[in-house]
Amino acid sequence: MKRQLTCIICPIGCCLTAELDENGEVLNVTGNTCGRGKAYAESECTHPVRTLTTTMRVSGGTEPLVSIKSDMPLPKELLLPCMEKINRLQVAAPVQIGDILFRNIENTGIDLVATGNVKKDQTCG
Amino acid sequence: MKKADLVIIGGGPAGLAAALGAYDAGIKDIILLERDGKLGGILNQCIHNGFGLHRFGEELTGPEYAWKYQQEIFKRNISFLLDTMVLNLSPDRIVTAVNSSDGVFQIQAKAVILAMGCRERSRGALNIPGMRPAGIYSAGTAQKLVNGKGYLPGKKVVILGSGDIGLIMARRMTLEGAQVKAVCEIMPYSGGLNRNIVQCLEDFQIPLKLSHTITQIHGKDRVCGVTVAKVNRSGKPIQGTGEFIECDTVLFSVGLIPENELAKEAGIRLDPVTGGAEVFENRETSFKGIFACGNVLHVHDLVDYVSEEAELAGRSAAKFILEKWKRDGETVTLKRGEGIRYLVPQKLHRESHEALKLYFRVTDVKRNVEIVLRDGKSLLYSKRHPKVAPGEMEYVILTPEIVSRLTNNCVLEMREKEQ
Repeated sequence: MKRQLTCIICPIGCCLTAELDENGEVLNVTGNTCGRGKAYAESECTHPVRTLTTTMRVSGGTEPLVSIKSDMPLPKELLLPCMEKINRLQVAAPVQIGDILFRNIENTGIDLVATGNVKKDQTCG
Repeated sequence: MKKADLVIIGGGPAGLAAALGAYDAGIKDIILLERDGKLGGILNQCIHNGFGLHRFGEELTGPEYAWKYQQEIFKRNISFLLDTMVLNLSPDRIVTAVNSSDGVFQIQAKAVILAMGCRERSRGALNIPGMRPAGIYSAGTAQKLVNGKGYLPGKKVVILGSGDIGLIMARRMTLEGAQVKAVCEIMPYSGGLNRNIVQCLEDFQIPLKLSHTITQIHGKDRVCGVTVAKVNRSGKPIQGTGEFIECDTVLFSVGLIPENELAKEAGIRLDPVTGGAEVFENRETSFKGIFACGNVLHVHDLVDYVSEEAELAGRSAAKFILEKWKRDGETVTLKRGEGIRYLVPQKLHRESHEALKLYFRVTDVKRNVEIVLRDGKSLLYSKRHPKVAPGEMEYVILTPEIVSRLTNNCVLEMREKEQ
């Protein structure tokens, strides 16, 4: 069986063709222009993953939110459950880019990392 | 009046990279003017990843990409003014600006770099009938509300336009709990990157309605729905195909316009297709010592290319200030031929002795084409492209040898290859 995919690893968006056997194992990938494309096709056909980027509430900061990402791609089906969890979390300012804000989200072993800076708001004591 | 070697207007990705380019080429007396309260421009609200693959070989989010550049600016101690709005630019490079601590002030610069970026086309540009209810936003405004302020602009959303911002916002609103009912695109293809169609729409089963547009926005105080209709080949709605979609929010992602009011007022010559200045290979505009780069020059797909172009503009401005570069000498204007929507740069100095990266966009989606540069009938360059689309900026690199042979008769065109 053949499966057509669009690679999402980089903005080029190569058109990939993955050849699968009857068990869904990837036999061969064509159309990729780099090694990451092959790895993407294999992962997409077996267990698709996505990096989650969103925001987390900040208390006592100069801004109400800080942008965050999962430090590794998460299983695709966990994106919405992770969002629900994240929307109940709050972090205290200051936050620095690269700070780990939450560990092991939904028992994946994957951490949430700040991608922005928020200073402490000096005006509200 | 204050004086400075170089004034850069705009502290987004283009302005930051231009400052670094100029500084590293020997210009230390730089003032960067930014109207927002922080540096980084639109990148700060683009919290998704995918930035920097070309530039840094890693996938960064917008704020991370901007932060890398800001740190370089801080390291070099390049001065910048925030919350500062430039009001006027004169042809002899006097920049008039205003902020709350200095009031209105002027700076006489030896060179100026325009890096003001672009803004979104709005509903008004499309003349979509209906009242003026709450719930109508440009995709970028919605992005700022969601990612910067933590407000969700609505619960049931229809997005018009499938450019990247529209696609990104479809995913973003979905992740935050809104229901995106459809993304409508008037063209028969999406203007966004393929990867965004996959990871922003297909991942969440959001329908992409190609060759469809919104013909009516319903609701008086708040949007209560839209009528969506199929369009014919010339983009006109087809009678009888209208379909009502209930929603409380409409997002417009219908194109970006270089923000060139300052350039226009100064009298800088603009390219009617790009909406940006006409520039030479060094990104100098029709005015001596005034350069332009980034989305104010032409709208780019990738910030990586903005940074690259801005560094070039920065280095060019440095050369100009240090008088290492003479503007005299023969110039060549390149022509757009069949299938080419625009070219940047539009002009060049033939004896620049450098390889030329010529950016262009095509007019249509085509497969298996050849991009050809010819002088009359003689072929100077050709390159095969397996697939081209108006939504994806392409480039060709011309060797110094080819550059030295360019004339005013040279045409860049797209040819369809016979199968």
